[in-house]
Amino acid sequence: MLKYSLKRLLSAVPTLFLLITFAFFLIRIAPGGPFDSERALPPEIEANLEAKYHLDEALPLQYLRYMWQIAQLDFGPSFHYLDWTVNDLIAQGAPVSFALGGLALLLALAIGVPIGAWAALRQNRVADYTVMSIAMIGISIPNFVMAPLLILLFAITLGWLPAGGWAFTPSRMALPVVTLALPMIAYIARITRGAMIEVLRSSFIRTARAKGMPEKTILFQHALKPALLPVISYLGPAAAAILTGSVVVERIFTIPGIGSYFVQGALNRDYTLVMGVVILYGVLIILFNFLVDLVYAWLDPRIRYDEQEA
Amino acid sequence: MRFLPGLLALLMVACGGDRSEVEEPSAPRLPQPVELELDDQGRPLPSVLADEQVIHRGNGEEPQTLDPHLAEGVPSANILRDLFEGLTTTAPDGRIVPGAAAHWDISRDGLVYTFYLRPEGRWSNGEPVTAEDFVWSWRRVVDPASGAAYGRMLAPVVNAGEIFAGRLPAEELGVTALSPTSFQVRLNDPTPYFLGLLTHPTTYPVHRASLEAYGSAHVRPGNLVSNGAFRLLDWQVRSRIELEKNPHYRAADSVIAERVVLYPFEDENTEFNRFRAGDLHWTYQVPNNQFRWLQRNMTEALVVAPWFGTYFFSFNLNRPPFRDNLPLRQALNLAIDREILTEKVTRFGEIPTYHLIPPGLPDYESPIPEHADWTQDERQAEALRLYRQAGYSEDEPLTVELRYNTSENHRKIAVAVAAMWKDVLGVRTRLINEEFRVFLQNRAQGRVTEVFRAGWIGDYQDAFTFLELFHSEHGRNDAGYDNPRFDRLLEQIAGERIPSRRRNLMAEAERILLADQVVLPVYVYVSKRLVDPRLRGWDNNIMDYHLSQHMYLLRERDPASPLQVTDEN
Amino acid sequence: MSEVTRDAFDRALDTRNVRGRSLYIDAWHRLLKNKAAVTALIVLSLMVVLVIIGPMLSNWDHEIPDWEHYSTPPSLETGHLFGTDALGRDLFVRTLIGGRISLLVGLVATLVSLIIGISYGAVAGFLGGRVDNLMMRFVDGIYAMPFMFFVIVLMVVFGRNIFLIFVAIGAINWLDMARIVRGQTLSLKNKDFVEAARASGATEFHIIRRHIIPNLLGVVIVYVTLTIPQVILVESFLSFLGLGVQEPLTSWGALVNEGAQELETAPWSLLFPACFLAATLFAFNFLGDGLRDALDPKDRF
Repeated sequence: MLKYSLKRLLSAVPTLFLLITFAFFLIRIAPGGPFDSERALPPEIEANLEAKYHLDEALPLQYLRYMWQIAQLDFGPSFHYLDWTVNDLIAQGAPVSFALGGLALLLALAIGVPIGAWAALRQNRVADYTVMSIAMIGISIPNFVMAPLLILLFAITLGWLPAGGWAFTPSRMALPVVTLALPMIAYIARITRGAMIEVLRSSFIRTARAKGMPEKTILFQHALKPALLPVISYLGPAAAAILTGSVVVERIFTIPGIGSYFVQGALNRDYTLVMGVVILYGVLIILFNFLVDLVYAWLDPRIRYDEQEA
Repeated sequence: MRFLPGLLALLMVACGGDRSEVEEPSAPRLPQPVELELDDQGRPLPSVLADEQVIHRGNGEEPQTLDPHLAEGVPSANILRDLFEGLTTTAPDGRIVPGAAAHWDISRDGLVYTFYLRPEGRWSNGEPVTAEDFVWSWRRVVDPASGAAYGRMLAPVVNAGEIFAGRLPAEELGVTALSPTSFQVRLNDPTPYFLGLLTHPTTYPVHRASLEAYGSAHVRPGNLVSNGAFRLLDWQVRSRIELEKNPHYRAADSVIAERVVLYPFEDENTEFNRFRAGDLHWTYQVPNNQFRWLQRNMTEALVVAPWFGTYFFSFNLNRPPFRDNLPLRQALNLAIDREILTEKVTRFGEIPTYHLIPPGLPDYESPIPEHADWTQDERQAEALRLYRQAGYSEDEPLTVELRYNTSENHRKIAVAVAAMWKDVLGVRTRLINEEFRVFLQNRAQGRVTEVFRAGWIGDYQDAFTFLELFHSEHGRNDAGYDNPRFDRLLEQIAGERIPSRRRNLMAEAERILLADQVVLPVYVYVSKRLVDPRLRGWDNNIMDYHLSQHMYLLRERDPASPLQVTDEN
Repeated sequence: MSEVTRDAFDRALDTRNVRGRSLYIDAWHRLLKNKAAVTALIVLSLMVVLVIIGPMLSNWDHEIPDWEHYSTPPSLETGHLFGTDALGRDLFVRTLIGGRISLLVGLVATLVSLIIGISYGAVAGFLGGRVDNLMMRFVDGIYAMPFMFFVIVLMVVFGRNIFLIFVAIGAINWLDMARIVRGQTLSLKNKDFVEAARASGATEFHIIRRHIIPNLLGVVIVYVTLTIPQVILVESFLSFLGLGVQEPLTSWGALVNEGAQELETAPWSLLFPACFLAATLFAFNFLGDGLRDALDPKDRF
């Protein structure tokens, strides 16, 4: 296991390298630069600013400089938020996004798995259709519609919850967490349902039934575990995505997470900031995929990584 | 088929749900203030003031920086006007009044200004604000190495241009500290609006010692030393900026607000919702599409006032179809119905305009083109005549690209303008929505643009802030206008000392600009926001400067008091 | 499609194809028993017909404002069945025109991703070994990149043409497909009939095209029905950012975004496009689930 883990982590290095290189050159393709503004800067000042941030150098040289910088875990100054470094901004925003995303993830699991399993047990019956239809609302109504609806209902009309703004308090976090969780609930319910149906038809469950095992035991001790495997592999990338924030939720609820930086960073040509969050996302993806494999091995004894590549 | 009705029912519920919410909007009752009572110095009596003087202001997007010399954009300027104070400052109505300088002398030729700083002027750490602070700060502004976005504001000062260009060291700037409290500025040309420039954050002093100690981190909470009515208490990026009253401020006694909390918003609807929920006293803007709702439910909070800016479109004069084609530019200008645009599209009382410089300047009157007084039918008839003269017709219509940057308002106006051109002239317009930086680059390069969205909010209270944009050498002259006569006029204006002659020269310059139809003016901007009725002390002004130090909160009126009854009768 | 040889092995394949066809016929029958999927299929067909012919039946144009009736509720009197938007444009026509764009965009991007994904996955899986390893490492690298960042940059670069953008979106959305296809190919390539074809001297390309790809049909159909709604949602997200389709054209995403901002003042401008969008996404998702159930051989007893 240890050997496998080390091997996996080592193999992440070239992946990350590829990602950084690709993203670095991709963002530079976009026309315009970080210091463009409607008030045109005098050319001398623009030249000075570019020199200050080494933007006047040849691109390959900038790339090498950047690689050397991040090798020391220094993501550089933000080109847009001039008073902060990218490390500052991520340090301020990441806890917010992690908290929101983590809660949404838990909520989605807590609701998605049971209703998915329940729908599977009632396959093609009214209950199945109803549950899955309701879950499907989560993926059929864009979150930028869902969020204002929730605000209008719970904040403006009923006055139960704040209309936005951020604090680590349940009332401020409730609506954004629900908005984030809704589509995930739908996906998780769907995956659970599909996997559960498959498991319930498999030979070992039929054998167990034939042996006269109580339905409850079959369900919880035998069926649920393998049915969760596809959910787990969905969770890897999904967790990385939800923990790095959502630009829609952050914008509509005024939440200072890091999700907006993927979009705002690109639009402002804040090269360093956008690279910072892209790298963070990449690291999380790799990390979570690795965790998924470990959990897989733990849940499914048939998989042994020491002998085979996943 | 059991499923179909279920699906439909579900959709009905989902869709019907929002509808019922919509038809009965909870009419929000705004808190009502007690009657304002003033003492003999015009200050509110303590008995009418709310116990807690914490003002919550929506403030547009997150400021890029709180360094007054590097900042640009309205949101950061709003905060900086609270944190710092220039030599002059503004009264609630926008008048320029003494700030860090108690008074000043202007030499007879208008070229030398001597400012006498207030001896009681203090930084937020208690140190005195000195003339040397201003000298050091202004040198920093013009030093190209500091990258001051608005360094241009100090261009009238002797040698500023040479220093920008790197041909002279910053020490050569025409500023001197005659004594710790007298600061002298020498100008190249008499600049009648110079005192107005001094309210701009770029001219504010910064605290040298903390800048040298902390570098670019000097504006963080705990590090920032400022000389204004407030000091920085806390800054949570993209969440809130909190200011507290600066006890060392020279006029701390007259500042009523104890704290000011400024919230950045990336979405105007969010800000609007927060105001409705009672979280804000003051918003940065109002979503355009909420006009009807506001009219019905919140007229008392809606404040709309003319602003010192014009929304216009600009023609690229260096490419076909507009190059050397004055009749075509005129035709497009005459074909649009500005009344419809302002009444049905923008809807907040924007003022239709046929010229460039917004009204409201105390010493300037724009030349009004003849067609401003025509009926729309007359304008359209003339537009059609000119369109044909330019060589187009229904059979050979003009195809033109109209460019704008991503924004709900720009989108609506562009769609409406294109529809009007089509309707009146048969022009085929391709609308091109570009992301902001792509748009700016395309505009500046002028290689693909034809007609594009433009607009300008004056940087200082003078017509020149608009006219200078069209100098052939100006960095934002994206129309590519190059008229030697116009350039010469601008140079004359800069050197002119006699106000009436200067005024005439500026009017002549604007007249030429309009006659050449470089731009297609649409409307005069209005500032629009929601303000809690309890918040007082501010006033409308065309620069839209609203310093928190003038503001205060009135006590909320007891709903059971008889006042309200008489009010409602 | 130049056929070179039709030897015994290809005939063997033909018999397999007959078997394959009957497999799809079985699946089709299973699908017809799934009421949700059948309903979804009907809804989608109606939707397609409606967005194609609907705008032709209306008196209104999708781009000309009716200044007499801007932002008016649905009414038979004015002739605006779904009301008008803030500029007085007829929402019935705009909703249908928007549907054309949304569906088209979903289809284009999905097809592009399909083509790239299948070719890439099949090649990687078929060649195997070091090439496969390298190719999949490349996929991993791109997979670790946030999709939205990708889309935004492409949006900024290709901002002027919505179809270019969706070709681009398709061009980065192929990763899942590539992985699935590679897996399937790996498991298929050692099967007897492939071995047989190889022994007969068929080229690798020929084998991929004739033997591997047809076997992937089931996976592909499911993938397509589940990817189209995802792409439609991506487009709506871009519209939320204001980077979507160019005026005067529109899409459901753009309409829903405009509507969401006028939730209280003009609910109809959200209601109709949102219902169309939701119904379509619903239908695609149910159809996809139904197809997966129907095509999954494990389902058969």
